[in-house]
Amino acid sequence: MNPSPFLPSAARQRWRRTKSRAVTVLLCGCAVVVMAPLFLVIYYLLVEGASAIDWHFFTQLPKPTGEAGGGMANAIVGSLTLLAMAAVIGVPLGILGGIYLAEYGGQRSNEWLRFAADVLNGVPSIVWGMVVYLMLVVPFKTFSAYAGGVALGLMMIPLVMRTTEEVLILVPQSYREAALALGIARWKVIVVIVLKTALKGIVTGVLIALARVAGETAPLLFTALGNNFWNHNLKEPIAALPLQIFAYAISPYDDWHRQAWAGALVLLGLILAINLSVRFLSRERNPAKP
Amino acid sequence: MTSAPAPSHLLSGGPSRVPDAAFKWLALAGAAVVVALIVLVGAELYAGARLAIAKFGPAFLVHSKWDPVTDEFGALPFIFGTFVSSLIALVIAVPLGVAAALYLTEIAPFWLRQPVVTVIEMLAAVPSVIFGLWGIFVLVPWLRDHLFVWLKHTLGFLPLFQGPLYGVSMLAGGIIIAIMILPIITSVSREILRSVPNLQREAAYGLGATRWEVIRIAVLSYASRGIFGAAILGLGRALGETMAVTMVIGNRPEISASLFAPGYTLASVIANEFAEATSDLYLNSLFELGLVLLALTVLINVLAQAMLKTVMSGASGKVQ
Repeated sequence: MNPSPFLPSAARQRWRRTKSRAVTVLLCGCAVVVMAPLFLVIYYLLVEGASAIDWHFFTQLPKPTGEAGGGMANAIVGSLTLLAMAAVIGVPLGILGGIYLAEYGGQRSNEWLRFAADVLNGVPSIVWGMVVYLMLVVPFKTFSAYAGGVALGLMMIPLVMRTTEEVLILVPQSYREAALALGIARWKVIVVIVLKTALKGIVTGVLIALARVAGETAPLLFTALGNNFWNHNLKEPIAALPLQIFAYAISPYDDWHRQAWAGALVLLGLILAINLSVRFLSRERNPAKP
Repeated sequence: MTSAPAPSHLLSGGPSRVPDAAFKWLALAGAAVVVALIVLVGAELYAGARLAIAKFGPAFLVHSKWDPVTDEFGALPFIFGTFVSSLIALVIAVPLGVAAALYLTEIAPFWLRQPVVTVIEMLAAVPSVIFGLWGIFVLVPWLRDHLFVWLKHTLGFLPLFQGPLYGVSMLAGGIIIAIMILPIITSVSREILRSVPNLQREAAYGLGATRWEVIRIAVLSYASRGIFGAAILGLGRALGETMAVTMVIGNRPEISASLFAPGYTLASVIANEFAEATSDLYLNSLFELGLVLLALTVLINVLAQAMLKTVMSGASGKVQ
């Protein structure tokens, strides 16, 4: 029998231990490097953006070029409007799709549907903008809030569908059996028992999907377009925070750069707040934990 | 003890099967939307690109001139830029991401794992446009004044690191993409590493292996295929990154050997020029670029899914 290859001379032992320690330190270092960008981004957002955030930022329209001051009130309201429209499209369709996957679909068809959802998730966001441009902007001859909302809504569908499926599967089979045995119709079992049990998980999935599309800029570039004023008609272009940040960031004016930082701070604060709160909520004991 | 009857409002409607069937079809319709959307996306882009496809044919892909004034359009500089920036991103992000995943599964104390995972998930939640903003005002100036100067000084004999330093460049684009794909590479690698059976590790430790030897022999060799899948998945994300790249890559449709030179990617040329495309052929060419981008990302994603699926199912099969 051969001796283990790991047991030769003392010098070699030491070298092996040193090497192992070096790798351990290296891996720790890499983990720090991976996390560093988040802290760097947050640090600069706070340093550059916090000073530009005041009451006016939340209540005023953007000022014309060259005038100091002004705010992003219209972009904040615009983003919320777009998200509401996206939710109207993405949430029901996504949840219905998730219900089909978890409650009805056969194994073969489910595999294909999941695959399709994953492929859709991988479609670059700029492509969604182009598609919706052809669907809604060209026929109606105008950029519009509707087009922006639809672009974001379509992006939400596969996200919501997959998370809904995941939480529905976690609802114990015995709940369904018990309800069916009482003579309740299957669709009512699903709506009243299964969905209700999994409600928290579904809401979590929807919120994470909303947080994800809230920061999207590319699909809005040629759908919602952006707008320096209030939007009074959803058939017209609408402002959005990410669009405003982009426009100000690539502009040549220092004051607009400050506003871009402030807008980014508000946007990231909103997104991280949703993500973190959802994570803490879903950490409680819950049979339908995502 | 008697069992309680079901609440009457749940039983109303009698034994009819019509609502049941209707609900099932409704759910199926919701699920079928994803398939319909894939067809829709492909068909719309093709419809939008018709003119350019008819005019240029396959030569579009290898033609390197992009000149809206003379109506000459070729995709090569953008395909080149997309691949080079994505490759730079992979070269940086794969080793770092795998190392971070190894740290999380093999080294980190248990109480620290969840917080680190949360930080990485938050990194994934940062919008592209915010990375772009940070890139323009923080990263690019730093790269131009420090890292690029150092690279030019030490590796300047390579054609990759020659030429003037503008800051905005292919390398800056690659670095910003790397930051953006790090979370997905880390989290998928972590899943793969977690699927490595503990028996593997215990066996290696039992033979007297050090931690590094355990990682190398028992963990990495076992997980290598899955990590390759994670890298491909990262590539799929990298190809489609738009806003941050647009803001730091310099947006010049040229093919240059130097990584310090500005570049242009498929996604960023669409973002920049779509709204101001003046002629039909110009707009159609941009749609064809979108079609190329879609084909690339779908292909890469399908490949990655297929790889990860075999690896994951194989691994979990072995655990049980």
